[in-house]
Amino acid sequence: MIAFLTRTRQKGRMDLTDWLAWGWAILGTLVVAIPVAWAVISSLKTEAEINSFPPALVPRAAQTITVEGQAKPLSVWVRKAADGTEQTVALVRRIGLSATVLNPAKPQETFPVPVSELSQLKAFHLQWSNYTEPLKQFNFLRYLWNTVFVTVVATALTLFLNSLTAFALSKYRFAGRNAVFALILSTMMIPLSVIMVPAFMVIVGLNLADNLWGVILSTVSTPTGVFLLRQYMLTIPDDLIEAARVDAASEFRIYWRIVLPLCAPALAVLAIFSVIWRWNDFLWPLIVLSSPDNYTLQIGLNALQGQFNVQWHYILAMTVVTLLPVTVVFLFLQKYITEGVASSGVK
Amino acid sequence: MSAPASVAPRAVARGERVGNGLDAVMRVVEAPMAALQRLIGVARIPYVFILPNMVLFTIFVFVPVGLAVAYAFTGGTNLLIWDRPYVGLENFKALLDCGNYLEPSTCRYNLFWTAVHNTWWYTLLNTLGTLFFALVTALVLNRLTWGRGFFRAVFFYPVLLSPVVVGLVWQWFLAREGLLNGFLTEWFDTRIIFLLEVGWSRVWVVYVSIWFHMGFYMLIILAGLQAIPRDIYEAAQIDGTSQWRQFWCLTLPLLTPNLLVVTVLLLIRSVQVFDEAWVLTNGGGPGTANTFIVQFIYQTAFSPDLRLYGLASAASVLMGVALLVLTLSQLWLAKKAEV
Repeated sequence: MIAFLTRTRQKGRMDLTDWLAWGWAILGTLVVAIPVAWAVISSLKTEAEINSFPPALVPRAAQTITVEGQAKPLSVWVRKAADGTEQTVALVRRIGLSATVLNPAKPQETFPVPVSELSQLKAFHLQWSNYTEPLKQFNFLRYLWNTVFVTVVATALTLFLNSLTAFALSKYRFAGRNAVFALILSTMMIPLSVIMVPAFMVIVGLNLADNLWGVILSTVSTPTGVFLLRQYMLTIPDDLIEAARVDAASEFRIYWRIVLPLCAPALAVLAIFSVIWRWNDFLWPLIVLSSPDNYTLQIGLNALQGQFNVQWHYILAMTVVTLLPVTVVFLFLQKYITEGVASSGVK
Repeated sequence: MSAPASVAPRAVARGERVGNGLDAVMRVVEAPMAALQRLIGVARIPYVFILPNMVLFTIFVFVPVGLAVAYAFTGGTNLLIWDRPYVGLENFKALLDCGNYLEPSTCRYNLFWTAVHNTWWYTLLNTLGTLFFALVTALVLNRLTWGRGFFRAVFFYPVLLSPVVVGLVWQWFLAREGLLNGFLTEWFDTRIIFLLEVGWSRVWVVYVSIWFHMGFYMLIILAGLQAIPRDIYEAAQIDGTSQWRQFWCLTLPLLTPNLLVVTVLLLIRSVQVFDEAWVLTNGGGPGTANTFIVQFIYQTAFSPDLRLYGLASAASVLMGVALLVLTLSQLWLAKKAEV
C-alpha cells in the first residue's frame, strides 16, 4: 500500500518537488473543504451552541434530565467542589453567582453552590429542526419550488431552442447563415452587468416584471449552448440526413429523430451546465423578482440573511439545502463537468 | 467531442425510447412543422428553426444593447424610455466631474469613483492572485501520478457553488463566533471582526474570489499543460536539464499563450465583480470599502430612493467600453495562440 502511494515516475523515489506537490494538493483540499464542512456542521447545531464562543467542533447540546417534583426538565451540570470531588447535579435555578442545584438521585434536597464550581454537561446532538423549521416559518418551500420550476423549464427550453438553432446553422446552407452565427457569438461579449437597466425595461414592457417567466425567457437563448451543439452537429455525417430525406421524413422529424439522439453527449453537457447556471443565478433574478412569493432560493437566502441577521442556525441549514443538489450532481457527473469545461471553456 | 458515425438505426431506436411523454409533445409539434415545410419549402425551413432563438436574442440582448446607449443620454426617474427627457452628455459629465481622479472625495459622484478605485484594486489583486494559485495548482496536479482526478474535482468544486452560498459560508467562517476566530482565540488570544475592518474585509473579498473561481482557470491551464508534448521533457532530461530550468525554459514559454488568454478572461470577470462580494460584505461594507462598479450601477438604478436609470446606464456604457477593449484583446490573443 505504502509503495503504491509513494510510487512516482522516478522509480519509486519521492524527491522534494513530489513532497511539495503532495503538500500543496492536501493543503488545498483542506482550504476548499473546511469552510464548507464548517457550514454543514454548524447547520446542525442548536441556536445556543451556534452563538457560544469558542465554537465546538462537533454539534452538541446541553443535556437535560426530568426530575420528580420539577415541572420542567433540568439541565445537567458537573460540580467540581473545592476539595476536588466531582458530582453530577441538575440545575434548578440560578441567581447571580449562586445556583440552586439538586442531586438527581435525591430530588427532594436542593442546595446552593457557587456558579464557578459548575460546568455544563453537553452531548453530541444534531439539531435537525434547523432544517424543518424554516419550511414552516419562512416561505422556504416556495423558494425551492420556484427555483426548481425556473431550472427545469429554462433548461428544457434551452436544450430545445438552442439545438434547433444549432441544427439549422450546421446542416443547412442559407443566406445569412454566417452572419447569424457571428451575431449569436457576439452576444457572449455582452455581460448582463452592462445591459441590466434596459433589459429590465424590456421585462417591464413585456409585463414580465416580478414574474418567473421573466427570469426564464431572458436566459433561454445562450450563445454557449448554440456554439457547443453546432460544433458537435458538424461532426454528424450528412449522409444520414440525406438518407432520411429520401425516406420522405420532414426536416423537423430529421432533427428530432436523427440529429438530436446523436447529440446526446453534447446535450448532456449543456443540460448539466444549464441546470447549474439556473440554480445558482443571482443578479438577474434579484433585479426581476420583487415579491417574496416569487423569490428563488438564492434571492430568498440573501433576503433572509438581511432580515434575520442573528438566526444563523436557519440560514446555514438553508445554505446547505441550496448547495446540496449542486454537490450531488457534481459527485456523480464530475468527470463530464470538468472535461466539458476543459474542452469548451464553458462555465 | 465527435459523434459516432454508424449508429443511425440504433440511435433512432434510442430516440423512440427517450420518453413517451416527450415524444407525444414532439409529435404535436411535428405535424404543424411538416405542414409549414410544405407551405414554404425546404429552403426556408432553417429560418423557422432559428426564429425562436433569434427573437429571444433580439428582445433580451440586442434591443437592450441599443437601449443602454440611449438611456445614457436621458434623465429623470421614469423607467420607460419614451417618458425620459433627452439630456445629452449630462450623465457622462456628472460621472466624470472630478477634481482629482485619484481622490474620490473630490468627485461629484464620489461613490462612483470609490467603486472605480475599489474595482481597480480588486481586479489587480484578484487577477494576480488567481493566476498564481491556478498556475501552481495546475502544475501540481499535472505532476501527481496518482489521485489527479480526485484533486481536480476537489479544486473545481467551489466553482459550481452559487455566489450566495459562497458569500454566506465565508461570512459564517469569518464571523465573530466563527471558526477562524475560534482558532485565533485558542492560539493568539485575540479576536478580529474581519468583515467590519476595511483592510481585512478587502483582503477577504479577494481571497474568497480566488477560492471561488480558481478551479475554473486551473482547469484551462491544466488542459494547456497536458497539450505540451511529453517528449520535449524527455529530451531535456537526457540533456540533464534541472527541473527548475525545465519549468522556466520549456513549460512557461509553451504555456504563455494559454496564460495570456486566462489573464484577459480574469480581467474581464474581475471588472464585473458583484455577487459573492455583495453577499459576503452585506452590501459592499464596511462603509463603501467593498463597493464595486456593478454594485454602483445596480444601486443607482434599482434603489427605491434613487432610480437614476440614465446615470446607471452611463456608468454601464463606460464599463462596457472597458470590457469591449478587454474582450477584443482576448479574441486577438486567442487567435494568436492558435497560430
